[in-house]
Amino acid sequence: MENDIFQLQYALDTFYFLVCGALVMWMAAGFAMLEAGLVRSKNTVEILTKNVALFAVACTMYMICGYAIMYGGDYLLSTITGNGVTGAEEPATYAPSADFFFQVVFVATAMSIVSGAVAERMKLFAFLAFAVIMTGVIYPLEGSWTWGGNAVFGIYTLGDLGFLDFAGSGIVHMAGAAAALAGVLLVGARKGKYGANGQINAFPGANLPLATLGTFILWLGWFGFNGGSVLATASVDAANSVAVVFMNTNAAAAGGCIAALLTARMLFGKADLTMALNGCLAGLVAITAGPDTPTALQATLFGALGGVLVVFSIITLDKLKIDDPVGAISVHGVVGLLGLLLVPVTNGDASFSGQIIGALTIFGWVFVASLVSFGVIKAVMGIRVSEEEEYEGSDIAECGMEAYPEFTTAR
Amino acid sequence: MKLVTAVIKPFKLDDVREALSQIGVQGITVTEVKGFGRQKGHTELYRGAEYVVDFLPKIKLEIAVSVEMVDQTIEAISGAAQTGKIGDGKIFVTSLEQTIRIRTGETGTEAL
Repeated sequence: MENDIFQLQYALDTFYFLVCGALVMWMAAGFAMLEAGLVRSKNTVEILTKNVALFAVACTMYMICGYAIMYGGDYLLSTITGNGVTGAEEPATYAPSADFFFQVVFVATAMSIVSGAVAERMKLFAFLAFAVIMTGVIYPLEGSWTWGGNAVFGIYTLGDLGFLDFAGSGIVHMAGAAAALAGVLLVGARKGKYGANGQINAFPGANLPLATLGTFILWLGWFGFNGGSVLATASVDAANSVAVVFMNTNAAAAGGCIAALLTARMLFGKADLTMALNGCLAGLVAITAGPDTPTALQATLFGALGGVLVVFSIITLDKLKIDDPVGAISVHGVVGLLGLLLVPVTNGDASFSGQIIGALTIFGWVFVASLVSFGVIKAVMGIRVSEEEEYEGSDIAECGMEAYPEFTTAR
Repeated sequence: MKLVTAVIKPFKLDDVREALSQIGVQGITVTEVKGFGRQKGHTELYRGAEYVVDFLPKIKLEIAVSVEMVDQTIEAISGAAQTGKIGDGKIFVTSLEQTIRIRTGETGTEAL
């Protein structure tokens, strides 16, 4: 009887893990649509190519070495079998390959964050070369110090310092944003974005329906991202926790959207849709570090805080001439940090000092490693398309096709 | 005969057409155009950054009328198209040498 219940639990937890992983995989579609909507139409094909290719690169690199670096085990997943990891001391509570599947889609999410920030001017294959390093080494090493539980270069262990990041406000989102910032600093702003007299020129996104669809897809996928991070559902406690996480994740997105919409309306006099979309995502990022402990009201307020912060962050980055076409650094980096710092407010197991040290560790490592990687790629193959190619659009220059060949478009 | 050319705000087209048919104008040619006057385009905000729309969409009407009808036509257009705000548009009146109805070969005011 006990064995039957264990089998049922194993099957249910594994099934839940896989469905959540599939939901997170679908976030790749969300990022692709969001980014395709917020760039100019002449760069649509290239950004879509980046999004689909980076997902494939992330899956492959994490299979080759990423998972082993992050969680131990052997390269190429050679010891993961259907029956569990050979040589493990305790019986697994879910299929090990389901764990790999759930983890690998998080890597792709972190990498997706980079593509939007460097959109419209970074070379396709330079970007993919970076994706190999990011998903094969930079992210897995950072993940090994956090979720993997290893000491940071053997010096200190974040878990002992009271660092807690439930589903990855810092580990996934801020890490992606740190790499994005490094890329943006090295590749430079899009031509014409910043004028000689300090004026900031707008490049309106080509397709706001797609950007909105992308945001809704991300919102849906986030239930897998946060909900799956409970890692189980087949007991009363686990099921309750999953339900709370779903409720709070949704509440935070709603709070972020309302707050960003109102902030944009007050600052600009118009209801800027793109800011409302960034607000939804900011709310989601803000709650991701701790969706299990706040009340629904607290989650809404945390999300709202993210929604306000993201609008000011986007404006500030523009003033600093850090050109981020989709607001990825603000949404995932600045609000990711906020998410980490909000955890101790409702969760006594986390400490502010631990969260700050964790954030500095993640940001410091990912930013410096990315800067070096992009620097090497820049020296070897160059990271930016030529001025003429940028004017013509990276669709023709990189992919040789247009997104909408039957329409005449304004450049 | 005179050719009255009016540039108006697009959303006023229906009102102007109505006013013109009430005074007995028999035909109007309408074109969607873009341009600027003293208003000099305007700026919009996108994610907090301004961008300039240099040429604003307008509607151009061309109406051929007899000399006796000119004042009435101008009054009808001005009355219907006026909002009092900048960008209401302009009316130009030019002399028209000849008009020919292609179907019948009628000429002059008979062809209007």
